[in-house]
Amino acid sequence: MRVGIVGGSGYTGGELVRLLLMHPEVEISIITSESYKGKMVKRVHPNLRGVTDLKFSGMDELDSYDLLCCGLPHGMTMERMPEFLEHADRVIDLSGDFRLRNPEDYQTWYGVEHPNPELLSEAVYGIPELHREEIRKARLVSGAGCLATSAILGLHPLAKEGLITGTAVIDSKVGSSATGAKSSRSTHHPERSGVVRSYKPTMHRHTAEMEQELGVDAAFSPHAVEMVRGILSTCHIFLDEPLEEKDVWGVYRSAYGDEPFIRIVKEKSGIYRYPEPKLLIGSNYCDIGFEREGRNNRLVVMSAIDNLMKGAAGQAVQCLNVMYGFEETLGLETIGLHPI
Amino acid sequence: MAECIECGAQIALSKPEKGEIVDCLECGTELEVVTDNPIALALAPQEEEDWGE
Repeated sequence: MRVGIVGGSGYTGGELVRLLLMHPEVEISIITSESYKGKMVKRVHPNLRGVTDLKFSGMDELDSYDLLCCGLPHGMTMERMPEFLEHADRVIDLSGDFRLRNPEDYQTWYGVEHPNPELLSEAVYGIPELHREEIRKARLVSGAGCLATSAILGLHPLAKEGLITGTAVIDSKVGSSATGAKSSRSTHHPERSGVVRSYKPTMHRHTAEMEQELGVDAAFSPHAVEMVRGILSTCHIFLDEPLEEKDVWGVYRSAYGDEPFIRIVKEKSGIYRYPEPKLLIGSNYCDIGFEREGRNNRLVVMSAIDNLMKGAAGQAVQCLNVMYGFEETLGLETIGLHPI
Repeated sequence: MAECIECGAQIALSKPEKGEIVDCLECGTELEVVTDNPIALALAPQEEEDWGE
């Protein structure tokens, strides 16, 4: 199948190129970048040396494709989606521009009026573990936010069973690649290195996705920490009923027993007893663990992903596989590294 | 078959012997066969590690 990548110079775009170059059913027909038009892709993504001699094109060179994957910055795709849908039968957008179903939420969370609200009701939220059948038939799939993915996958089984009756409190740690390839003073190495930086402790945009997909109130605060890739979300909920750990196991087993990219990680011995994002680098797994505190009925859920994989490009390829009826793990078989 | 006392998963056991240590493939917990007829499992003794000092 012929796939075009619009906006391929960022970290998400680069990861998408890396994955799709190795995908046996995909031929990358074009990769666009307005900033690097005419330059070799490997110049921007040096990990692709010797693997591809493709050059970046401009968006004005777009032709017809089976699928377009958009890795443009937030705010750019919402304007141009009708045009992209003329160039391809189907589109996967990795920005936040089509994640929220309610157009008014764009005013609340992004501070903009959505220019194509009619497409919001058509777009399918791109987490296969929640929307596999809709993704299979979708024309437009919206890739989920990285922080949102980790929290949603962690809490989805509990929300589905109606076990979250109060506000879910979510604290995430995230690596520097989540801010994208564009640098700023705050991402400059002397400023960024070594930080445990609280940013957007309230009203972070991904909160809207969590509430939309989980159907519960979410109180979310992320922190930038000393990692390049990776997210660990620690979620706290207070149960109304005193569930035993075995019952919680049953809830997760029932939701994720057959999922190829979800692993329940909860061990009694060893160094890595709970999910650890470092072990997931380059893989599409989401590792989920939990522990119950009996004295106050608190359930702590830990969820780890690679933000560029299960949190972005990897999950997009998983959606592609679902959309086109390929084996869901095709092109995503990489496991993490250890030690790293 | 026996049930993991930690996570509730079913564990296939062929000719279990008292004192045998088996792993739950689901949660990784090490379990000890404390009686073999009927089969009863308990958490296997673990070497304690010092975390959080």
